[in-house]
Amino acid sequence: MRRLLFLAPLAVFAALAAWLYVGLGGDPARIPSPLVGRPAPAFAVDGLATADLEGPALVNIFASWCVPCRAEHPLLTHLAEEQGVAIYGIAYKDRPEAANAFLAELGNPYRKVGYDEDGGAGVEWGVTGVPETFVLDAGGMVAFKHTGPLTPDAVRRDLLPALGR
Amino acid sequence: MTAELGHFALALALGLALLQAALPLYGASRGRPALMDLARHTALGQFVLTAIAFAALARAYVVSDFSVAAVAQNSHSLKPLLYRLTGVWGNHEGSLLLWLLILTLFGAMVAVFGGSLRKTFQARVLAVQAMIGAGFLAFTLFTSNPFQRVWPPPLDGAGLNPLLQDPGLAFHPPLLYFGYVGLSVAFSFAVAALIEGKVDRAWARWVRPWTLAAWAGLTAGIALGSWWAYYELGWGGFWFWDPVENASFMPWLAATALLHSAIAAERREALRSWTVLLAILAFSLSLLGAFLVRSGVLTSVHAFATDPERGVFILLLLGIATGGALALYAWRAPTLGKGAPFRPVSREGALLLNNLVLVTACATVLLGTLYPLFLDALDAGKVSVGPPYFTATFVPLVAPALVAMAIGPMLAWKRGDVAGALGRLWLAALGAALAAGAAFAYGETLAALGLAAAAWIGLGALVEWGERLRVGRTPAGEVWRRARSMPRAAWGGGLAHLGVAVVVAGITASQCFQSELILAMKPGDSARIAGYTIRYDGSARVEGPNYRADRATLSVLRDGAPAAVLAPERRFYPVERQHTTEAAIRTTVLADLYAVIGEEDPQAGRTVRLYHNPLVPWIWIGAIVMALGALISLSDRRLRLAVPVRRRRHPATA
Amino acid sequence: MTRPAAILALLLALLSAPAQAALDASEMLADPALEARARALAKGLRCVVCQNQSIDDSGADLARDLRRSLRARLLAGDSDEEAIGYLTERYGDYVLLEPPLKPATWALWFAPVGFAAVALALALRYFRRRE
Repeated sequence: MRRLLFLAPLAVFAALAAWLYVGLGGDPARIPSPLVGRPAPAFAVDGLATADLEGPALVNIFASWCVPCRAEHPLLTHLAEEQGVAIYGIAYKDRPEAANAFLAELGNPYRKVGYDEDGGAGVEWGVTGVPETFVLDAGGMVAFKHTGPLTPDAVRRDLLPALGR
Repeated sequence: MTAELGHFALALALGLALLQAALPLYGASRGRPALMDLARHTALGQFVLTAIAFAALARAYVVSDFSVAAVAQNSHSLKPLLYRLTGVWGNHEGSLLLWLLILTLFGAMVAVFGGSLRKTFQARVLAVQAMIGAGFLAFTLFTSNPFQRVWPPPLDGAGLNPLLQDPGLAFHPPLLYFGYVGLSVAFSFAVAALIEGKVDRAWARWVRPWTLAAWAGLTAGIALGSWWAYYELGWGGFWFWDPVENASFMPWLAATALLHSAIAAERREALRSWTVLLAILAFSLSLLGAFLVRSGVLTSVHAFATDPERGVFILLLLGIATGGALALYAWRAPTLGKGAPFRPVSREGALLLNNLVLVTACATVLLGTLYPLFLDALDAGKVSVGPPYFTATFVPLVAPALVAMAIGPMLAWKRGDVAGALGRLWLAALGAALAAGAAFAYGETLAALGLAAAAWIGLGALVEWGERLRVGRTPAGEVWRRARSMPRAAWGGGLAHLGVAVVVAGITASQCFQSELILAMKPGDSARIAGYTIRYDGSARVEGPNYRADRATLSVLRDGAPAAVLAPERRFYPVERQHTTEAAIRTTVLADLYAVIGEEDPQAGRTVRLYHNPLVPWIWIGAIVMALGALISLSDRRLRLAVPVRRRRHPATA
Repeated sequence: MTRPAAILALLLALLSAPAQAALDASEMLADPALEARARALAKGLRCVVCQNQSIDDSGADLARDLRRSLRARLLAGDSDEEAIGYLTERYGDYVLLEPPLKPATWALWFAPVGFAAVALALALRYFRRRE
């Protein structure tokens, strides 16, 4: 018993170290969305409102001032044109002219674009930064949220299955 | 060339550290004096080589040698010389080199001042110290080489985060690292003692000065960081229970416990295995702090640029150092034997209570800091553990220790008399009641509790001195004679407790009696806060060496007469493309008047935030008093390191 | 660090850089009682892109948006609970600086009591063995 007591610090430390090791793999910036499993939130901005959304679809939050948005843009274009995925865009904290110029330059993969100049719709969607992409399933429920620029991996692993493909 | 020289010096230092980690241990077990002596020379050599490396890096910063990657990423030729120099440790690689410099400095100090130690013991301590050194040297050389070159060199550097271009933060890391790394000596002493299987009173006496020095550095470092946050972050707060802050606070709590248990171990041979465990834990928490700050598990934005590979390396270091030491502890500690028995109510009992409270509080801070990580690892959702959690748990946990702080030093060793101690503390009790009454009059229950605790602890420390000196019971001449012969440790301990009282008063008053005013002001507008009238006279553009600023002029009037001018700034650093706010603070020591400005709106005017923070300077004054107490304790004759030979000749002074 | 992660970190750094000082006078509500409630609530809400800062203290853009939403909810007549609920529905419990008591946080909230109990038990054991 006495010996065991002296072993206790080592045991506690071992458990702690193992946990820290597991924690190293995590990403502290990832914030799970409570919207997943619920209907798309109610919002209405110039050009887009909740009623316009028809699942299955993607809702992509972007901005012309956002550098990573340029990086993911070809992927969105590919999804819309080659795979026929419906994508709705919300231009977050962006002037409509700037957002339109951005789409004119890079191409417009969106079925519809909403202009959320003051970020109000962003709060409804629980946006923490751009880009973010939500997956709506056939019933219009939020099935998945991707934070940060899309990657081919993330599309294959998370987005397409969530879309039901 | 100097960068390569620095790199080479670090590699040599690693070689020496590896030698020092192995040969002296072998020498000590086989009784080979030559191998044991080697440790002292290699310890000095490691320090000199690390100092050369550090100087080489510092030179690269001072002359803006942008072919060195760390300089290019973190410095800029327009930066003032001071910040080019302190920028050396404003990033991961450079701060690691600072850590190494201090680590090898402590090793060299053990070599130079440790002449009073048993030869075998000193050799083992230095060997363990060298193992830690080798670990960090390898970490630096293999994952974070500060001398990495870039080709072609950029025309100018990327600059340093403007928040770090500040005297407070420039000197915060050296003090803090002095504390973190100083605890490595206590760790090495503990491991060496476990290897020898012997923890006696002499061991406790040896370990105390090193812990005191580290603790003083840690206390001052934490205070400086908190002061920086107070004036630089611009909303008058001073402690946010941020993971990075907690990373420095946990070793402080453990080191505070260690300081106290070492007293019991030295005087009464009590709590010895517990003291050894605390020595291991205190430095382990320093290492854990380094892991949390540098691995990126908890923080994504503010911490040093992070890299999972580095995280794995530090975790490995932590696992080897702490895991190894705790395994040794599990094996050897049961054989250390029992110390002298004592009653729960006794000086030892009070020290034990202090330890249990501090360790429980430390465990709570650890849990709160790591809990989000745990939940994330289990994929059980994401929560924030913010200041409300820590105040709700930490404050009630430490409250009993605050009450006991005044009583403990009044109790006798082995078997104490609480009633007698309380009787002698009547003055402190009276002071506490008066302070509580005054706060109640303002309708602040929490303030009443906090200020009563401050009065109780502060007056308690004074009463304890009075008792020792027999103030009021003997003639003044006798009191003076007693004061001159009172051990420095008694002065230092009392002073540290007095410092705690001052900090508690400062925290309580600034939390409970703060006034705040946020408003838009146009030139000529006035506002009233805490009896002052603040008039906004307008703002002007000013050019700094590497920033542009809007500087507002706020006239402070008291009873219509001008009392001061506050000039808060909003700065923009073009190189880093960042804004900072520079608060303007007028302090009377009893309170701070604190002003920051926001943006200017053409219609409404400029946003001005005004705070009146009563007693807030006491937080830092108290911390300085605490650190000073530790330094005075450190100078106690009993602990002085280099005088054992003389002491042996004059046993009467011991 | 993978490239997307690096970009994300950069992005977060840009978003959370204090573009302006915290709470601006122009955001404040005219009704002092309502404003006082908003301040009190804002101090307990985390700026989700910052490190351990409340939205009341933070200068990040997102913090300003959340402050504005919070005040809009209060103006619309929400109770404190409803206004907080509005934000937790969108940002999760992560937005609360004080973790709510739920099965996943039982260990967090009750462990300190457990630590104290263990400390006490160890002390008692120590003295019993010495008797």
